[in-house]
Amino acid sequence: MAKIVLDRIRERFGDAVLETSSAQGDEVAVIAPDRWLDVASFARTDPACAMDHFIDLTCVDWPKRAARFEVVLMLRSSTTGKRIRLKARVPETDPKIASVTGLWLGANWFEREAYDMFGVIFEGHPDLRRILLYDEFEGHPLRKDYDAAKTQPLVPYRPEALDKLPPFGKDEGMPWERPVRPGREHSEG
Amino acid sequence: MGEVGGKTSLRTLGGGEGGLFTTKFESLLGWARKFSLFQYPFATACCGMEFFAVAAPKYDIARFGAEAPRFSPRQSDLLWVVGTISQRQAPVLKRIYDQMCEPKWVIAFGTCAACGGFYDNYTTLPGVDKIVPVDVYVPGCPPRPEQVLDGLMMLMKKVADGNRVAEIAEPGLAAKIAAREIAKPGS
Repeated sequence: MAKIVLDRIRERFGDAVLETSSAQGDEVAVIAPDRWLDVASFARTDPACAMDHFIDLTCVDWPKRAARFEVVLMLRSSTTGKRIRLKARVPETDPKIASVTGLWLGANWFEREAYDMFGVIFEGHPDLRRILLYDEFEGHPLRKDYDAAKTQPLVPYRPEALDKLPPFGKDEGMPWERPVRPGREHSEG
Repeated sequence: MGEVGGKTSLRTLGGGEGGLFTTKFESLLGWARKFSLFQYPFATACCGMEFFAVAAPKYDIARFGAEAPRFSPRQSDLLWVVGTISQRQAPVLKRIYDQMCEPKWVIAFGTCAACGGFYDNYTTLPGVDKIVPVDVYVPGCPPRPEQVLDGLMMLMKKVADGNRVAEIAEPGLAAKIAAREIAKPGS
């Protein structure tokens, strides 16, 4: 569908487009992170692309990859109706990528959410701080290495309520201690 | 509505006994409190919809004297925690509870308020009893209004008796109690 957009981006940026695929009508381009803003800007302004509709920006954690975090940007053109998905992979040691808020205002909160949940830093974002969690929260909970059972309460629990209180039995409701399941690993890295 | 619970009932003596009004003061107070529960609805999630249903004319908690919502914790004595409480919201709930004047009661409305529900993760408080003491748990996702009324009646009885032991308003509770009362009249 949007193959023409993909071709145009590949033609314009050459080596900065690391990978493309167009399975099932989903046009995806993986971009080198240092050209992220240029490609996004081209996709927005080029008349053949005209991706003026920002749909989503999110992030995926691939814990075994060298460039661990994959920032995903989904775009649509309101004139041609075509859609495209841009991705960029950033490493854990330097999880920085340019912000696209200058191109689509709507990206503001999405980038804040990606920062909140994964710790990806969007350079040039006007107000990059946590959006859903509280400032006291340590770490980024949607990273795969964040302990699933770890909570960070703001109010200390009542000492008598650390375990299940009557009338509930110890085995009722939500488990207080989640059993650790060794060997549960992610299929792909 | 005029009945008075239990053996420590309010009773008037006959005219020959001097027309005196004898009762235990606490039970009179409990009786008065049980029919004038001023509620603070702390509704955060989908359970709020069921709460509206309970408060609206069809199920009508006004019949139990609990119809007046007070959006100031200082004027209310029954805290309804209706819905999921996130860790971020927990300080607000705690503060509301602390601002309420004694005596005060808490109903955990729905599974999330009772034990966190299926939100078994970093975001959610695993039951409001972790931060405030709860009198009646009404499980369900969300509970039906009938079950909430069961819970409210359970709480009213506890208020009248001065009983602070936490209990669960299970589904079909009223039917069970009714069956027991029919089987053993006067108990």
